[in-house]
Amino acid sequence: MFAGIINGVSAVAIPVLILAIVGHGWYKKIKVYEVFTEGAKEGFNVAVRIIPFLVAILVAIGAFRASGALDLLTGLLAPLTSWIGMPGEVIPMALMRPLSGSGAMGIVSELINTYGPDSIPARMAAIMEGSTETTFYILAVYFGSVGVKKTRHALPAALTADLAGIIAAVVVTQMVFG
Amino acid sequence: MINTIWIVLMGGGILVAGFQCLGLDYSAATGLVMNPSFVPLTDLTKALFDSAKASVNLAMGLIGIMALWLGLMRIAEESGLVKLFARAVRPVMVRLFPDVPPDHPAMGAMVMNIAANMLGLGNAATPLGLKAMQELQTLNKVKDTATNAMATFMALNTSSVTFIPATVIGIRAAANASNPAEIIGPVILATGVSTTVAIITIKILQKLPKYRMPVVEGEEV
Repeated sequence: MFAGIINGVSAVAIPVLILAIVGHGWYKKIKVYEVFTEGAKEGFNVAVRIIPFLVAILVAIGAFRASGALDLLTGLLAPLTSWIGMPGEVIPMALMRPLSGSGAMGIVSELINTYGPDSIPARMAAIMEGSTETTFYILAVYFGSVGVKKTRHALPAALTADLAGIIAAVVVTQMVFG
Repeated sequence: MINTIWIVLMGGGILVAGFQCLGLDYSAATGLVMNPSFVPLTDLTKALFDSAKASVNLAMGLIGIMALWLGLMRIAEESGLVKLFARAVRPVMVRLFPDVPPDHPAMGAMVMNIAANMLGLGNAATPLGLKAMQELQTLNKVKDTATNAMATFMALNTSSVTFIPATVIGIRAAANASNPAEIIGPVILATGVSTTVAIITIKILQKLPKYRMPVVEGEEV
């Protein structure tokens, strides 16, 4: 029942959103086709721009995994994470997510390539990717851009939220797909 | 920080593979045995090249879905749907940011940033977020210190209020997942938890003496 509702929301969300955006544009007499293609041009740049980050992190993670180093670290952390239902394969994701967006995305891709997109580790990492953010990057860039050096309670609050988000992603994944 | 992590992953991997080349094995019967071999290092090299190739394939698969979302976003901006949305969430924003006047430009920029985040459009969210920070800075009396509004805005951003995680769905679609969008529901649930925790934590912490806003000299607060 719970899984059914969640799947229903997932199935309906994108078509409804697209219809709403295009329909509202049409209603407001926007040249939807021209405007769409103008915005879509950016897509190529964004995808190409992330290639260096993807290569850097996928290669490093590939080395870490292929050498057996990841198995060593995962073995050390596994007793701590298993009681909340987090498989060992997802531990690197939980560690990487607040540090590097491109890195976390690399781990998601890595898990999808290794275990298949419909495996529990790949789904859990994808949900973590969607529901948490690159805390350190955002704090550095946003506060840096206006010259704020004393960030007060921003970092401790953000890290607490990250931890809550990661645990929530694990629990929800196990409830829906487990 | 990312430099350290990258070195640990890359260097740690190569060192561990090198160590495994020694082929050390211990058992009670035979004692410590050594079977040197180059296989772990040649395997590692192959993994490096395979990973590099996989990353480009991944990025190529992403171009289409990225273009789709950015195109739709542009329509929503031009049609005024984004502005409409800003007006709808105003009551929430006023409560979250009591120090910011409701009609201040900072409010509009923050709403647009949060909306872009909800749609999973990180690349649209960042420019809007930076604009919001500049607007918030105009309200700040102590320029090198974060205001409560800034910290709250950061907590919302870092806890990621996502409804449509477009990039992840794109990756899953590129990998032929049976239902790439099935993660939307779970993501909304998990992000709801992290955002709720973020707001509660930020509102509690800002009252602690340790994080109190410094008083500007010669000014009544």
